[in-house]
Amino acid sequence: MDRRESLKALVLGGVGSSLFLSSCVTDKKSPIVEGDIIEEKEGYGRTPAEEKRDEDLYSKTFFSKEEMATISILADIIIPEDEESVSATEAGVPEFIEFIVKDIPEHQIPMRGGLMWINRESNKHFEAAFNEISKENQMEIIDNMAYPRAFEENSPGPVFFRNIRNLVVTGYFTSEPGFKYLDYRGNTPNVWDGVPAYVLEKHGMKYDEGFLKVAMDPATRNEVMDWNNYEV
Amino acid sequence: MSFQIKKQSTKYDVCIVGSGAGGGMAAKLLADAGFKIALLEAGPDFDPANKEQRTQLRWPWESPRRGAATTRPFGDFDMAYGGWELEGEPYTQNGNTEFAWFRSRMLGGRTNHWGRISLRFGPLDFKRKDFDGKGDNWPIGYEDVKPYYDKVDKLIGVFGTKENLPNEPDGFFLPPPKPRLHELYIKKGANQAGVPMIPSRLSILTRPVNKERGACFFCNQCSRSCMAYADFSSSSVLVKPAVKTGNVDLYVNAMVREVLTNGEGEATGVSYIDKDDLRDYEIKAKVVILAASACSSARILLNSKSAQHPNGLANSSGVVGKYLHDSTGSSRMGFIPQLVDRERYNEDGVGGMHLYTPWWLNDSKDLGFTRGYHIEYWGGMSMPAYGFGFNTQALKEITGDTSRNAYGTGLKKDVKKFYGATFGMAGRGESIPRKENYCEIDSNTVDKYGIPVLKFNYTWSDEEVKQARHMQDTFEEVMHNMGAVPLGDKPGKETNYGLENPGKIIHEVGTTRMGKDSKNSVVNEFNQAHDVPNLFVMDGGPFVSQADKNPTWTILALAWRATDYLTEQLKKGNV
Ligand SMILES: Cc1cc2nc3c(=O)[nH]c(=O)nc-3n(C[C@H](O)[C@H](O)[C@H](O)COP(=O)(O)OP(=O)(O)OC[C@H]3O[C@@H](n4cnc5c(N)ncnc54)[C@H](O)[C@@H]3O)c2cc1C
Ligand code: SF4
Repeated sequence: MDRRESLKALVLGGVGSSLFLSSCVTDKKSPIVEGDIIEEKEGYGRTPAEEKRDEDLYSKTFFSKEEMATISILADIIIPEDEESVSATEAGVPEFIEFIVKDIPEHQIPMRGGLMWINRESNKHFEAAFNEISKENQMEIIDNMAYPRAFEENSPGPVFFRNIRNLVVTGYFTSEPGFKYLDYRGNTPNVWDGVPAYVLEKHGMKYDEGFLKVAMDPATRNEVMDWNNYEV
Repeated sequence: MSFQIKKQSTKYDVCIVGSGAGGGMAAKLLADAGFKIALLEAGPDFDPANKEQRTQLRWPWESPRRGAATTRPFGDFDMAYGGWELEGEPYTQNGNTEFAWFRSRMLGGRTNHWGRISLRFGPLDFKRKDFDGKGDNWPIGYEDVKPYYDKVDKLIGVFGTKENLPNEPDGFFLPPPKPRLHELYIKKGANQAGVPMIPSRLSILTRPVNKERGACFFCNQCSRSCMAYADFSSSSVLVKPAVKTGNVDLYVNAMVREVLTNGEGEATGVSYIDKDDLRDYEIKAKVVILAASACSSARILLNSKSAQHPNGLANSSGVVGKYLHDSTGSSRMGFIPQLVDRERYNEDGVGGMHLYTPWWLNDSKDLGFTRGYHIEYWGGMSMPAYGFGFNTQALKEITGDTSRNAYGTGLKKDVKKFYGATFGMAGRGESIPRKENYCEIDSNTVDKYGIPVLKFNYTWSDEEVKQARHMQDTFEEVMHNMGAVPLGDKPGKETNYGLENPGKIIHEVGTTRMGKDSKNSVVNEFNQAHDVPNLFVMDGGPFVSQADKNPTWTILALAWRATDYLTEQLKKGNV
């Protein structure tokens, strides 16, 4: 789903839509109307300077084709496709990594150096670049990095692996398929009425009776507050 | 480029510098009263409902950096145009000072992304010297400010509960939202440790207070500023209606350099640089109100030098810039094993904690420090952004889980399993204002507009360090009681118990403090400069002491009180 579609879903997607509109609109002059959300143009609220910076970064390329291929292989080993969800490459993780190393330049040397290191390992043991060796041989190199012996924990391979794993995981779980897999439910207009009862019960918790008497009541939440009988 | 100074022909009743909490409040009230206002703001125009500026309800993948804090210090979607460093606008430090100065340059200033924690100071907070002999008392007491807190509550809106606690005055509260699950867990542990936890007090509309602003729809994103205007941002809640009256001329991208004066030592207006054409302009007004934030207003005064005011304007006391103080802060993260693999539901709630801990040891005299702190909490199933899932392996080890899913489906499952199980506590405390902590003009350095910049001088005393130690001990005790695991090492003496550098809590105040005696204070109890009767300061500068309560509700209340006084003076023709 592209962004436009997802925004449309936000407004048209059942519960969200009606709550959204009724919660925001207390009269006609309310700043929000349905069209505002649906007709959204590109962009994510950048200032002109930020927009220019993004454009500059997009216009540059950091990783070579070979490097991107290695990143993709690693990304899909770290987060593979399975019965529940898509792989890292399908979720756009390599593109995210290409962008983030330009955006946060401190990532550049560790990433490039790590990729060099992998190729050196590969050449040493299998006499070919990492991208060209068999899956089994690739896994052998990766296992050495991912499950190092204690004394090697802070040597270049394992350190690089932990770094790229962080980027792959964060790139995946901040993508749309990642959210789906995580089963993230927020970022949608709603009416918060506390932790669902069955969850409270499972955790052996309950709300204080006295508090419930004064807590926000979904039934009156759109009515303008009246202070007439309020005493401090 | 011509360097001729452009003069505006209009003479305004009042010129207000800065559109944050204080400036917005003054603009709204004075515009409603029918005065002609010039409101000058160094940043661009801003409206949270403007599609081009909106970040609310955006998804992390809409940002190519997934919300990382590369250009905005609190992340891509945070609504602050600014940060700790501004391009071309440096500040300097003296010796071993490490002061951090957060500036937000936009209509509404820092109120577009602030935490909305809206606490009244209590009776004790205005008279701390009577209690511990340190610092100074305010020239006013709670009873003087109470009516204004009441008005601010009703105009702007704040939720909370009446608790009848000493020194934590109740107000006109909108109904509070129910606590989240991790907050219930923390409460259990806190109560066992004798630490109270009560509904938080945030300026978020759980019910509308008027027809112009909508009710909160629980997106947890007040830091992005609300397009329904359901949270308090000065831009949408004060400046917008003020401009609507037709009495306000809004000048954006107008960087004020100095206050202008005449031969009699009265203020006559301000001079500013238009950031678009980089020319100098002048605005004439009967009254000048500085509300550019505590340090910016001090800077403007110190830069307003003349033969009559060789130390800067309103500074015959030499106190402008002195007594700068910020809240203390120290924090700890933890992990709640009972929340591993938790049930999914939308847990966003309002844009902030639903429960907090007010200071509970006012009567203790044997703590080794005399001022208190409150505790703020975060946690739950919040929206992932850049950094999410980093070091999942380390979390697993804490739980004693030895399955080594370094990659693959196992890793993916682990990330999912641990989502929403971490939380944090942050103490925010009162420090003791001292003359030795101050900002001054660094005459060797100018910003890109040629305006001399501020230099900071600030160190913590033993009191603040001991307070931070107490915070850390409390955090551990609460975590222990609730069955949580504190993460990382407990900050010890070598790091001052995690005490943040001054400025980091962004509650810097005190630089133009109020008082009865013009020899040791800058303004009187109505925020009016002792030396210059038609000059007022309405930001955090006039604070004598910053309680452990966050400052903004008090900035707003004092600005209202000062504006009432000013209105009377204007009507009487005294200024
Ligand atoms: C992340 C964060 C969270 C916070 N959370 C809380 C909280 O929960 N509760 C609380 O009480 N407080 C909180 N604060 C603090 C709160 O934001 C400030 O106390 C409040 O905004 C101060 O209001 P002000 O009017 O003094 O200044 P500001 O809001 O800073 O506004 C000053 C305005 O003046 C403008 N200006 C500055 N210099 C010039 C110049 N030379 N010429 C023209 N214009 C100028 C600026 O651009 C700005 O718009 C928080 C702050 C931050 C950054
Ligand atoms: S939490 Fe409520 S008030 Fe805050 S931004 Fe979301 S909808 Fe607006």
